[in-house]
Amino acid sequence: MGKTTSEKIFDAHLVNEPFPGTKVLRLDAVLCHEITTPIAIDDLIRRNKDRVFDPTKIKAVIDHVTPSKDTKTATQAKILRDWARRHEIKDFFDIGANGVCHALFPERGFIRPGYTVIMGDSHTCTHGAFGAFAAGIGTTDLEVGILKGVCAFRQPKTIKFNVTGTLPKGVYAKDVILHIIGKIGVNGATDRVMEFHGAVVDSMTMESRMTLCNMAIEAGGTSGICQPDMTTVEYLWPFIQGEFASKEAALADYSQWRADADAEYDQTIEINVAALEPTITFGYKPDQVKTVSELAGTPLDQIYIGSCTNGRLEDLRIAAQILKGHRLAPNVRGILSPATPAIFKDATREGLIDIFMEAGFCVTNPTCGACLGMSNGVLADGEVCASTTNRNFMGRMGKGGMVHLMSPATAAASAIEGVIADPRKYL
Amino acid sequence: MKTFGGPVLFLDRSDINTDEIIPAKYLTEITKEDLKPYILEDLKLPGFNPNGPKTKNARVIISRTNFGCGSSREHAPWVFEVNGITAVIAESFARIFRQNMFNCGMAAIELPKADLDQIFSHANDEDATMSVDIEAGTLTMNGNGKTKSFRFEISPFDKALVLAGGWVDYADQKY
Repeated sequence: MGKTTSEKIFDAHLVNEPFPGTKVLRLDAVLCHEITTPIAIDDLIRRNKDRVFDPTKIKAVIDHVTPSKDTKTATQAKILRDWARRHEIKDFFDIGANGVCHALFPERGFIRPGYTVIMGDSHTCTHGAFGAFAAGIGTTDLEVGILKGVCAFRQPKTIKFNVTGTLPKGVYAKDVILHIIGKIGVNGATDRVMEFHGAVVDSMTMESRMTLCNMAIEAGGTSGICQPDMTTVEYLWPFIQGEFASKEAALADYSQWRADADAEYDQTIEINVAALEPTITFGYKPDQVKTVSELAGTPLDQIYIGSCTNGRLEDLRIAAQILKGHRLAPNVRGILSPATPAIFKDATREGLIDIFMEAGFCVTNPTCGACLGMSNGVLADGEVCASTTNRNFMGRMGKGGMVHLMSPATAAASAIEGVIADPRKYL
Repeated sequence: MKTFGGPVLFLDRSDINTDEIIPAKYLTEITKEDLKPYILEDLKLPGFNPNGPKTKNARVIISRTNFGCGSSREHAPWVFEVNGITAVIAESFARIFRQNMFNCGMAAIELPKADLDQIFSHANDEDATMSVDIEAGTLTMNGNGKTKSFRFEISPFDKALVLAGGWVDYADQKY
C-alpha cells in the first residue's frame, strides 16, 4: 500500500513511538516569533535548561507587534533578540529586515520538501505548500523543540482534495480555500492533513499554494500540504542550486515526497472550481461563507490588505490592478501591509505602492498587527472590515469589530465602492 | 500531579475559540498570573458573565464540539490554570489546544454527545460539581442531589504527561 506525503515524512523523521499512537519526530525547522517564544525562553531559563538543539535549524523573527508599541511588547522583542544573540541564531530578523513569519521564512528558502516544521503559531500550516509537514503548536511543544529538536504528534490521517476545473476570472486561491472550509466546516479536518491535488493546484504559484495551505487550520487541519513539483523547484532554485546539478535533479529528489498513487486516504473530496464565485465570510466563523453576489452592498468601515494569508507580491499586484486609477470610497479607510521588506521593495519598484497611496491607502511596515487586533489597524466597537486575513472571530480585529474575509481582488473592489463589491467588473 | 474537579462552568456552545478564551491584546503579558483577570473576556453567551462567581469558582469547564479552535496560544490553558480550572470536558477539541492542555499537565477529556447531554441537564444546578479520576478514567457528576459516573479514555501519552506534570522534563530526559 502506498503512502501520503505526511506518512512519508513521518516515517523518515520518526525518533520513536513512546506510547501507541504517539510518534516523536525529528524536526528540520523550529520557527519562532516574539509572542509565543519569550515565555518558552523564560521557562527554559527557570528550569536551568537555556540551551538550543541546533542554532542553524532555529529561525526567529519579531513580527506580531513591530516596531514595539509599548514597554511590554518591547520587552518581548528584547527577550527574543537577546536569546538569538546568546545562542548565535544567525537567522534572526529584527526591525528593518523583519516581516510576517509565514511569508518571510519561505521567501528566505528555509522550507524544503519533506521537512518537518513547527512554530508556536497556528498558521504554520502555510509551509506545507512546499511539500513539508508543518504544524502549529503551543509554547510547551516549542520549548521542547528548541531544546531537543523533536515534537510528539498523533499521526494524522490525510484528506485528499482534488481541485479541478479552471479558476474563473476574479477567483483565486483564497476563494478556493474559503469555499473548502465552508464545505467541510471549522472542524472538518481536525487531526487530519489536508493534501491538495488537481490541475488547479498544479497550476498555482507558490504564493497561491501558501494561501491555500495557510487556512488549513481554519478547518482544524494539522497541516496543509501541496505536492512538490517544478514550480516548487523554481521557487527554491536560488537557495538550492549548490545542492543539485540541475533543476531536473532537484525535482527527482523532491518527488520522493509526493504521495503514492495508491496511498490510502481518510476521504477524497472533489472540488470543481469552474463555477466558483468570489467567496466571502459573513459571520464569526471561517466556515460561514457566501458568494460576493449574496453579500454585495454590505457596509464597511475599513479595508485591510496584508497578513500571512494574502500580503505577498502576487496579492498586491492583483489588488493594485483593480485599484489603479480609483480612489477609496469616502466612507472607508484602507490599510496595506506588505508582508515582508522584499515584497515592499518589489511592490515599490513595480509602482504598486504608488497605486495604493494614490487610492488613499495607508501603507504600513510588514507586521501581523491588525490581523489579530494587536496594533496598526484595530477596529472600534461596531466597525466592519473587509480583510484579506484568515480569521473572522468576534472581536478578532478589535473588541466589537467584525471582519469579512475575502481575496485581495474582492477587498480592492470593496475599497473603491465602500461596500462589499464584486471584483470581476474591474478585471 | 494536579488534582482535578470541583464546581463546574457550563459553556453550551460549539467552536469556542482561543481568542474568546484570552484575547490577543493580552498576549503581551509576560507572566501567566498576569492573564488571570481576562479569562473568557470576549465570550458572548446568554447568561454568561466572565467576571461572575460561576467563573471565579469553577474548577472544570464543560462544553460542546471543537473547543479551543483558532490560535495556538498556550495562554488559553494558562488562563484556565491560574484561575484554578485544570480540566475541560467537551465532545471534541481542536488539536493544538488539546495538546497544550496535556503538555501543561492538565486534562482535555472527550465524551460522546449523549453523555454530555446528560451532564448539561445539570446546567442550572447551582451546586453542580464534577470529579475527575485520571488513573481510573472516570468522571463523576454531582448535582441536584444526583450522582452519575461516566467512563472516558485519553491516549497513553497524554495520560503520562498528566501524571508527569508536563512535557518539558519528560522530553529532556528521554530525547
